[in-house]
Amino acid sequence: MYEFNFAPVLASFDQLLVGAWLTVRLSCAAMLIGLVVSVFCAWGKTAGPAILRHVIDGYIEIIRNTPFLVQIFFIFFGMPSLGLRLSPNSAALLALVVNFGAYGTEIIRAGIESIHKGQVEAGWALGLSRPQIFRYVVMKPALRTVYPALTSQFIYLMLNTSVVSVISADDLAAAGNDLQSATFASFEVYIAVTLIYLALSVGFSALFYALEKAAFKYPLGR
Amino acid sequence: MIRAFGWNEFLVIVAAAQWTIALSAIAFAGGSVGGLLVALMRVSETRALRLFATGFIRVFQGTPLLMQLFLVFFGMNIFGFAINPWIAATIALALHASAFLGEIWRGCIEAVPKGQREAATALGLRYFRSMRHVILPQAARIAVAPTVGFLVQLIKGTSLASIIGFTELTRQGQIINNATFSPFLVFGTVATVYFLLCWPLSLIARRMETRFSRATAR
Repeated sequence: MYEFNFAPVLASFDQLLVGAWLTVRLSCAAMLIGLVVSVFCAWGKTAGPAILRHVIDGYIEIIRNTPFLVQIFFIFFGMPSLGLRLSPNSAALLALVVNFGAYGTEIIRAGIESIHKGQVEAGWALGLSRPQIFRYVVMKPALRTVYPALTSQFIYLMLNTSVVSVISADDLAAAGNDLQSATFASFEVYIAVTLIYLALSVGFSALFYALEKAAFKYPLGR
Repeated sequence: MIRAFGWNEFLVIVAAAQWTIALSAIAFAGGSVGGLLVALMRVSETRALRLFATGFIRVFQGTPLLMQLFLVFFGMNIFGFAINPWIAATIALALHASAFLGEIWRGCIEAVPKGQREAATALGLRYFRSMRHVILPQAARIAVAPTVGFLVQLIKGTSLASIIGFTELTRQGQIINNATFSPFLVFGTVATVYFLLCWPLSLIARRMETRFSRATAR
């Protein structure tokens, strides 16, 4: 019978925690930049010229129908032949942003489309400026509508970041790989890493739930 | 020696798609059986079964697929089986699919109006026959579109099997890339093959979804 040996894992647990911090940082950076991309593309899809709409549609379909692993290989190994040479960490961030952007666009677009035209007209009638309408009349209620979808997409993004370890970018999975090759306790190391990922996703779900209560507590008009 | 990326290399990559398809099909078949069990446990009257299914879903939806593959891969060794990427990938992906399909199908079972179950009970049908003849056929109609949508996710997920050394589409691409060093062409080809596998399914799922929401509107 196999003897489980968690001692080396516990001894180097701080390494895994550093890795976890890198994963959180990478995920949050990718989410924030990805949201900007998403809002821009969602705007382009709903209000932009036809050619821009087609380009954005193509981008979304390509990203959503190919594996993230292939996307990151393409960016890290393929882009240098186009003259774009990136470090593993920047390639990882770029791949995550590009990937999140495609899913985020569809989510934000659904939110924007849920805003009734009469709301925008009411905004005009109240004398709001165009940016004010975009911010208060369209984006804020739209974000509230799609908030649950966005947060679960963030969790999905965070779990996806584990893949960036294959191009030797720094994250929790990479910290696990390093520890694994130093201790040879593969199963124990990956059990610990998996549990940290689980704790991260449970923790972020709770955090997002609390944020939702705080940020969107004004009454819902029907 | 660096080989050029030619017609033969292209064909080798395309041919490797059969392993991606085979792995997806087996994982989907296993995941369907597991998913049905998880969904039924999730809507069961017994608290313990519900808790077990909820925990199972939480764990698989809250951890990366890559870690699930690693754990099955290294875990098999611990439990005395020879390390075999094929079997490890199949088991991990089937468990992964069970959790996701279980959660999708739970929603579909719960979407069947409660009166149907009550009517079945009133007609004297016990659990098994009311599920078999009344609830599941109606839930299945709702389930088709999101299930096809998940199949796309599963096909993309099989690419991670390359990391534990199973030679499917992505790994074949890496091997060819190591020999030809034309990553742009190689991974472009690999991505195109995935796209051709996944895109039709995405279109079907979307069409069924809009048709279904139109049919059930009001």
